[in-house]
Amino acid sequence: MDSIAIVGVAQTKYERRKKDKTYYDLVYEVTRDALEDAGLSLDDIDNVITVSNDFLDGRTISSMAVGEAAGGYHKNVSTVEGDGAFGAFYGAMRVLGGFKTTLVVAHSKGSEGDMRYVTNGMFDPVYQRLLGLEAVSSSALQANAYMEKHGVTEEDFARVSVKNHGNAKNNPYAQLPMDLTVADVMQSKRIADPIKFLDCSPVSDGAAAIIIASEEYAGKARTKPAWIKGVAHCADAYFIGDRDLADPKSLRDAAQRAYGMAGIREPLEEIDIVELYDAFSYMEPLWLEGMGFCDPGQGGKMIDKGITTMQGSLPVNPSGGVLSAHAVLVAGLARIIEAVLQIRGDAGPRQVEGVRTALAHGINGPCGQSHCVWILAGNM
Amino acid sequence: MARSVAIVGTGQTDHKSHRPDVNGREMIYEAVTRALEDCELSIKDIDAIVIGNMDHFESINYVDTWSVEGSGGFMKPIMKVTTGGTTGTSVAIAAYYHVASGLFDRVLAIGWEKNSESDTTAAIVTCSDPIWDRFSYSGAIPSLATEATAYMQKYGATQEDAARVAVRDRTHALNNPHAHLRKPIKIEDVMSSPMLAYPIKLLDVCPRTDGACAVVFAADGVAQKIAPRPAWVKSSAVRHTYTWFGDSTDYNKGLVSLQEASSEAYKQAGITKPAEEFDVAELYLPYTYGGLKWIEDLGFCGPGEGPQFVAEGHTDMGGKIPVNPSGGVISTNCIGATALLRVAEAAIQIMGKGEQRQVPDVRLAMATGFGGCFWSDVVILSAEKP
Repeated sequence: MDSIAIVGVAQTKYERRKKDKTYYDLVYEVTRDALEDAGLSLDDIDNVITVSNDFLDGRTISSMAVGEAAGGYHKNVSTVEGDGAFGAFYGAMRVLGGFKTTLVVAHSKGSEGDMRYVTNGMFDPVYQRLLGLEAVSSSALQANAYMEKHGVTEEDFARVSVKNHGNAKNNPYAQLPMDLTVADVMQSKRIADPIKFLDCSPVSDGAAAIIIASEEYAGKARTKPAWIKGVAHCADAYFIGDRDLADPKSLRDAAQRAYGMAGIREPLEEIDIVELYDAFSYMEPLWLEGMGFCDPGQGGKMIDKGITTMQGSLPVNPSGGVLSAHAVLVAGLARIIEAVLQIRGDAGPRQVEGVRTALAHGINGPCGQSHCVWILAGNM
Repeated sequence: MARSVAIVGTGQTDHKSHRPDVNGREMIYEAVTRALEDCELSIKDIDAIVIGNMDHFESINYVDTWSVEGSGGFMKPIMKVTTGGTTGTSVAIAAYYHVASGLFDRVLAIGWEKNSESDTTAAIVTCSDPIWDRFSYSGAIPSLATEATAYMQKYGATQEDAARVAVRDRTHALNNPHAHLRKPIKIEDVMSSPMLAYPIKLLDVCPRTDGACAVVFAADGVAQKIAPRPAWVKSSAVRHTYTWFGDSTDYNKGLVSLQEASSEAYKQAGITKPAEEFDVAELYLPYTYGGLKWIEDLGFCGPGEGPQFVAEGHTDMGGKIPVNPSGGVISTNCIGATALLRVAEAAIQIMGKGEQRQVPDVRLAMATGFGGCFWSDVVILSAEKP
């Protein structure tokens, strides 16, 4: 793979409801800020990828509303529908395939819809939708399967929530910085057993943008480039009954291919921080297993031993993660941005010392059916 | 460095107004199976998949993950690319970049739509801004009617001129076993069909179709081993310039997005006289007036010369630049697949697999996509590796 890098990043503060702005206002804001971050102008951008979802926006051809705000006027543009990590991957392919610079921008306003209906729409309309399956209830099935198979406990999950909301206190963009105890999480309202209120990510409004550049153009930006060393995605079966929900095998496949591209053999030793898609607290240990940081069933122990805290050997979600801000579609792009900031040393109070290699991760579909794994590094 | 990329196989369903015999995934499976058969590959040979349609037509969220049993995406990289009417060309271009990037050798592009499961116009209306545009935007046909009226006013084109485009495409469709509407029509039939929005009548516009299309893209070095005569992607360009319908067309200038996209694609491909250099064009013409006006925007003829160019038979089979040997969009319109069908049909012409609809010795072919807010995509295919 040719050398390409992320040279500009921007995100809005994530909030429950951004009443004063339309989502194309948000897209404009992050497009402008990402260009400013990179020290580039719109003329330096030769193509644009927008990320949107017609269900979330309540609009057919949702990309139509944001093309102009994303600077797509008179440019080659396209639109990925799915998490921003996937959109960014297409953006990266376009730079590898001949473009100089891709701007990737994602938005969502969870406040303007009902996430239960939006996520119910992921399920088969004939056999599953009427059962009421949506993001929370399907994830509860996955959490139960995980506990059942490996003896992971609700307290293990609660510790993730405590850690990530605590980390969010260092992140000015996070929506839910909180001082929590395991007891707080355990006593919070039960939403879908074993998932409780404080195990869930919030509904958020926000947008994010990145600029990906070829080696030649990376030199024109004023930022320290975060080089893309490996990226891969993979999808598991659709019907959740056809899957072993406690075995994230599509994540394992994506992670192994990304590691292969990046030349990583021992992820736990070679990767300095992880920003992963923890839409629910149980996902963090399960995804860590899929990424190969520990053996299957050992994810809970990684949390208990403090390995994933800011002081641990593998800080996970220094930003507070998706549990602390969940603008759907934007969240995977935000993971990439946080990884870039850590590599640059620009993460402010949430900075981890000496980050050279970082992993960022996004998901699509129910219970992490499809995963996208990114490996970024400071060294070309 | 970007790699050269070629199309090595195509597959499509036998398009119909209503396919109650299959669900969406089964319909996708038909097209994918045919594409793999066409290039003698198995799903195991496919490294990644790009799929697209329009969410609100079938009301499926996350079509990429929903599709895997039909698309073959199980334990494979799959992503969804969607841009409205231009979805099919957007998917094709995305598959091209998957391969050109050097990351994947064989990539499957899929476009599909099951219009029988949707209220198409109700869904399309929601593409307009809910506050500023939606009260006046009543779907695709009325906005095209505005363009058609302006064109007739400016150049004196007539409804009969437009009807000739429908007759041409529907006549061509008689040669395409996959086409949806395969009944011959005459100019009088178009003229006497019910008026939908002046000057557009029922037979001036595309139908709503259930169908899917799949196209296999492969890298230089791999493609030559799969296909004896691959269709190389020479260039592509996209202009999705507009957000607001009020901005979307300059009635004095023509379809600006198509002018810009085609001139960029021609420049990359070194084309200066499109009507002479292209052997065939598969154009996304959702209505007949586009068949007059948009060929001017593509530079096939000068402004206002479209009606004469069509009437003189230059776009017929055997003409200077045959347009839509497949029968085009007026004969088949499974929306998310429609623009990919243009790319597939252009590739079929280069690969020499057009059977009854084959134009002799095609070396250079063009496909276009149209949709969204008067957006245009252009893809140029060649028998020679770029």
